[in-house]
Amino acid sequence: MATETLTLGKALNTGLRRALENDPKVVIMGEDVGKLGGVFRITDGLQKDFGDQRVIDTPLAESGIIGTAVGLAIRGFRPVCEIQFDGFVYPAYDQIVSQVAKMHYRSQGKVTIPMVIRIPYGGGIGAVEHHSESPEAYFAHTAGLKVVTCANPQDAYSMIQQAIASDDPIVFLEPKRRYWEKGPVELDAPLDAAYPLHSARVARAGTDATVLAYGPMVRTALDAATAAAEDGRELEVIDLRTLSPLDLTAAYESVKRTGRCVVVHEAPGNLGLGSEIAARITEECFYSLESPVLRVTGFDTPYPASRVEEEYLPDLDRVLDAVDRTFGW
Amino acid sequence: MAKGDPGVTTRGRRAAPRSKRAASAATGEPDLVQLLTPEGERIESAIGPDGTEYRVDFTDEEYRGLYRDLVLVRKLDAEATALQRQGELGLWASLLGQEAAQVGSGRALRTQDMAFPTYREHGVLYCRGIDPIMPLGLFRGVDQGGWDPNEFKFNMYTIVIGAQTLHATGYAMGVHMDGKTGTEDGEAVIAYFGDGATSQGDVNEAFVWASVFNAPLVFFCQNNQYAISEPLERQTRVPLYQRAGGFGFPGVRVDGNDVLASYAVTRHALDNARLGQGPSLIEAYTYRMGAHTTSDDPTRYRIASEVEAWQAKDPIARMKAFLTKQQIADESFFASVDEQARTESVHLRERVLNMPNPEPVTMFDHVYPHGSPELDEQRARFSKYMESFEGSAH
Ligand SMILES: Cc1ncc(C[n+]2csc(CCOP(=O)(O)OP(=O)(O)O)c2C)c(N)n1
Repeated sequence: MATETLTLGKALNTGLRRALENDPKVVIMGEDVGKLGGVFRITDGLQKDFGDQRVIDTPLAESGIIGTAVGLAIRGFRPVCEIQFDGFVYPAYDQIVSQVAKMHYRSQGKVTIPMVIRIPYGGGIGAVEHHSESPEAYFAHTAGLKVVTCANPQDAYSMIQQAIASDDPIVFLEPKRRYWEKGPVELDAPLDAAYPLHSARVARAGTDATVLAYGPMVRTALDAATAAAEDGRELEVIDLRTLSPLDLTAAYESVKRTGRCVVVHEAPGNLGLGSEIAARITEECFYSLESPVLRVTGFDTPYPASRVEEEYLPDLDRVLDAVDRTFGW
Repeated sequence: MAKGDPGVTTRGRRAAPRSKRAASAATGEPDLVQLLTPEGERIESAIGPDGTEYRVDFTDEEYRGLYRDLVLVRKLDAEATALQRQGELGLWASLLGQEAAQVGSGRALRTQDMAFPTYREHGVLYCRGIDPIMPLGLFRGVDQGGWDPNEFKFNMYTIVIGAQTLHATGYAMGVHMDGKTGTEDGEAVIAYFGDGATSQGDVNEAFVWASVFNAPLVFFCQNNQYAISEPLERQTRVPLYQRAGGFGFPGVRVDGNDVLASYAVTRHALDNARLGQGPSLIEAYTYRMGAHTTSDDPTRYRIASEVEAWQAKDPIARMKAFLTKQQIADESFFASVDEQARTESVHLRERVLNMPNPEPVTMFDHVYPHGSPELDEQRARFSKYMESFEGSAH
């Protein structure tokens, strides 16, 4: 079985290539996805090999990208839309939440919108404003959409293919600051043998406290677990992978064992995913909890100037600090 | 569809053939393609702004069919308005006054063509062969529009202004990518929207996309002069059909109260689209005779004399005058159409009153094609909760 070491970005690129090969109805569309290969080069080389009818450079109009993809989906295509940066998805917000999410429901199942909306998201790359946001809660709040995010190259490779093969409209969040991180990827494993799309996974087993993270924060949580281990504390890290629907089965099982839980995400804390997760864990694991579920999140500010983003973003120290607090209760 | 030129028949009882350049001073409206005057005079052909000559040649049977369509959709629409007034529908968006634009364009569509409507296209829906009760379910609140968009090639109604123009554009791009353009029996797509919608970003994005991708698409704007209370002057300072030029495709303004001209320009634009000649914009110049919807009070923003002036341009009256003058139809025909309309509307009323409410648990259906564990759990909990009331005096 061919296992290769790829960056997360290259794994996505390879996954997209596979999807284009496997299904002639898959089309990729977005700003600069063709000749340039996308501003992050995630679609690099695809237009060259599949032509400009399969990999389409679109006009600069986000609502247009999503709205026309809806029409293509009704026509029987499987559009994969790239939104160039998180902060530019908002012009398409209406099409996503009012049209993409609801077509299947409104048509009583007669119309299916098998569409993937790829969004490079999150901070940590020193970008200017509107290039570092975490809009996941807006989409996770909308019934009819599914929201997933990958945290390592293997998942990037298989999850993007699974998302494209799925009949659900999926918001696929790519942790842009992890694009360049490398990891092993099994290229030949059949898609249905891959870990299921809508399931969380234990990224590191532990016994003393549970840390829940997703996307870019999984690496941070794993680093925190490594540091904690040096101090003799074994943290269990769960990569949520799926934000809507939330798969908290592994989290419940883990928290019932450890009695402690910390949720980590980059998005602002107010009404973020962490709030929902904390509420559900409290409902489900109340008698096992030794301390309240704590959240480590971005602050309730607009994403700040990049020279202070390191202070804004949850890091290893803030995660460890929260872990300490759960023990101090 | 057509046999022979209606301007020249062996029976020699047609109106004298006339040819008219659009922008006739006679009608008072600029740049208007017209084939039937408000008085019911036939104009043999009309020239559009780009020099295209528009004409139709219908058989007598076809003329009578168009008249029947106009009367039926008006009557069914009136019935729906009445049903709303009696509390049987939550809301109704009437097409009164816009019958010719809808029937003309709707009848110009071929079976293989796909339509993307707003919430007012009951006439087009009728022409697509969809049971007229379908939109009433939406406005009654028992479903969200019950027809199968793929079967009838008529998408769901769209309430968010302008959103459907992008769906139509994408669909049309797909038609093109499927290789279904470039021949006479190719597929074409039509997107309906109002004058207010032309201010929306989505509509302008759709113009850009359709143009640069040469999509086989007809943008059909029913300019009924108002977006709820706001007059056309609040949306634009140039005639809407002229917008097309800036996007790189042809635009034409048609008399939207003239079913023949509406048919002719739409058929021509659809044919161009299916042949691979790209998009075009039709502005059907018409008037919404009633309220925007049943919750609206048009007396607050428009004057009676304006309504009266448009009354004189009524699409059905002029068709009736034409049919009478040309002896294509007689009183017994008109009476039979009225009778059919009455029967169908009574039937519609009975069926609406019998439309059952959906089972509450069905609200959980079809959120996702293959379900979701979260939702399955919520459904189960909800069902159990509902069952807990059974037999109890709640
Ligand atoms: C995006 C959006 N904004 C506002 C509304 C509320 N609204 C419903 S119909 C309407 C006017 C639409 O006017 P027009 O496009 O001219 O179409 P008409 O109803 O006259 O056929 C408005 C403002 C809406 N449905 N969608």
